[in-house]
Amino acid sequence: MVEQEVTIENKLGLHLRAAAVFIETANKFPCQVFLRKAGQEKINAKSIMGIMTLGAACGSRVTVLTDGENEIEALEKLAALIRNRFGEKE
Amino acid sequence: MESRYQGIAASPGITIGTAYLVGFPEFQIRKYRITEGGINKELDRWQAAVDATRHEIENIKRRVAQEVGFKEAEIFNAYLHVLQDPLLVQATMEQIRAQRCNAEYVLQEIASGLGRQFTEAKDEYLRERASDINDVVARLLRNLTGQAKRLLTGAEHDIIMIAKDLAPAQTASMRRERVVGFATDIGGKTSHAAIMARSLEIPAVVGLKNITDMVETGDTLIVDGSAGLVIVNADTRILTQYRQAQQRNLQASRKLRKLKGITAVSRDGYRLNVAANIEFPEDVRKARKYGAEGVGLFRTEFLYMNRRDLPSEDEQFEAYCQVARQSLPYSTIIRTMDLGGDKFLSRLGTSAETNPFLGLRAIRLCLTYIELFKTQLRAILRASQFGKIKIMFPLISDVEELRQAKAVLNEVRQELSRRRIAFDKHMETGLMIELPSAALTADVLAREADFFSIGTNDLIQYTMAVDRINEKVAYLYNPLHPAILRLIKKTIEAGHNERIWVGICGEMAADPQLTALLFGMGLDEFSTEPSFVPQIKKVIREIHLARSRELAEEVLACATTKEIENCLQNQIQDKEGCDEKAVK
Repeated sequence: MVEQEVTIENKLGLHLRAAAVFIETANKFPCQVFLRKAGQEKINAKSIMGIMTLGAACGSRVTVLTDGENEIEALEKLAALIRNRFGEKE
Repeated sequence: MESRYQGIAASPGITIGTAYLVGFPEFQIRKYRITEGGINKELDRWQAAVDATRHEIENIKRRVAQEVGFKEAEIFNAYLHVLQDPLLVQATMEQIRAQRCNAEYVLQEIASGLGRQFTEAKDEYLRERASDINDVVARLLRNLTGQAKRLLTGAEHDIIMIAKDLAPAQTASMRRERVVGFATDIGGKTSHAAIMARSLEIPAVVGLKNITDMVETGDTLIVDGSAGLVIVNADTRILTQYRQAQQRNLQASRKLRKLKGITAVSRDGYRLNVAANIEFPEDVRKARKYGAEGVGLFRTEFLYMNRRDLPSEDEQFEAYCQVARQSLPYSTIIRTMDLGGDKFLSRLGTSAETNPFLGLRAIRLCLTYIELFKTQLRAILRASQFGKIKIMFPLISDVEELRQAKAVLNEVRQELSRRRIAFDKHMETGLMIELPSAALTADVLAREADFFSIGTNDLIQYTMAVDRINEKVAYLYNPLHPAILRLIKKTIEAGHNERIWVGICGEMAADPQLTALLFGMGLDEFSTEPSFVPQIKKVIREIHLARSRELAEEVLACATTKEIENCLQNQIQDKEGCDEKAVK
């Protein structure tokens, strides 16, 4: 299992559309993917409902965790996606 | 048994149809046990509902992509993910097995558990968006129970959608040719359902509080979107009355549409400009359809509402350009943002106010948050070279405030000149007269403005010290109070003394009973909701300015509202008398 902490930088936070984009990327990898917000339990990040329960607004710190086949590549891709604001303008 | 419910009039007109309850409240979910041998069959039933729902959402997504745009369709990808979500789909299957219960019961249990977690989210925006998930769950329940299918795939017409509130996905997927009205529990004039109803031109009443509890699918409903009234299971006599009224409205609007090309010239040859009030850029089409001569009030609040961030300069520029271009050869009056500080709590760090209507709103807010204001002014100025744009400031209370606003506008002008960005150097700058303090100092204001536009809704509220939403004092909200008419008269005179034009853009302008009076008081422009434009033009064509002036004089001499009403009543009777003579 590998992990990396990133900050949610897009203005709208981890909202429904961003969550969908995140899952689409996560589903490309066979490994398990989780997200964790400080002080909370980790959630299955291949579940849109799970991501929405995080309530990660702009400025939140979240940890991406990947476990299994291709975990390192998956972690890099997913962390980069968050840093790139899920492809949103702001 | 007939029952009546009063709500907020959201989209005008009368409609009669069959109620159809949308969303959660319609589902009376029964819990029942499944036998060991029946479990596979129940799982198949669940899978079929998931497949049917996916099919529905894919169809909506395709349609929105074609009709609205790809970006707008993206949200439905999220809906599709919800349908594949293990927390929902697998959990439901597991619980069907474990509890040996029917799928809809299990689903509702799981969904309400998830719903509780969402509503605990601290962030308001995320909390709201998460509620979109309810829409997917409602679709699943509908497909499991088969309730909706029976109604909407049948041959029924004239459906009135009843809901707590209507989500974009629901209005996007409804069969427009069959839906003739909306009625909702919550929402106001700017909620999605209201806007949608107005753009589709179907009657709607919102804010009915508990209409979803009072109406069942299949009830016969009358929706009076002009009066904000819903009548459930009316008797034949009332139904006949409303059918007749509906017919009259239809015929009248057909006739009025034919008048769209005419101009408002009185019998003695005086011309009045009749423009439209609009809320959204797409309303320009409607304004043109009804023959409006330009946009007399473009409210810009929509740009700031139902979102978490502030609109960018470019986004605003696009909206202003679109309206200005499409209004040509007529002009477009853009009113700068007219919102209260409570709308921006999170974004600007302002605090909640106990008295928002007397607080930091409109021009006051803009002059406090100069950058917010400058962004809008830059966008308006940049757009000004693509059409005939005029700008006006809301809620100005005295000339110093007007000077401050104009100073900021000048700063922005200079900045654009320095950056060699083109704009219309002769753009007219005016203000709304909607505070008694502005009306009483209109002579001073007129020297420093290019035009006035009288906003009667706020003028009445602030003059009479009455909150029109508060039903206990709503009787005081009266456009025909002598104080209101005197303030209007004073404003018009002050404007004309300085040779500037004076318009009116409040609801008073849309009332055909008041047209002669207001015309006689000397107004140069009326601006109303687009659908009222033909009616106002028609009235002007039937009256004389000279006689209207006499009427105005008579009315302004009255001591009470009652006397004024009598005066107007006599005028209508006189006119009918004249017409009869003419026929003979």
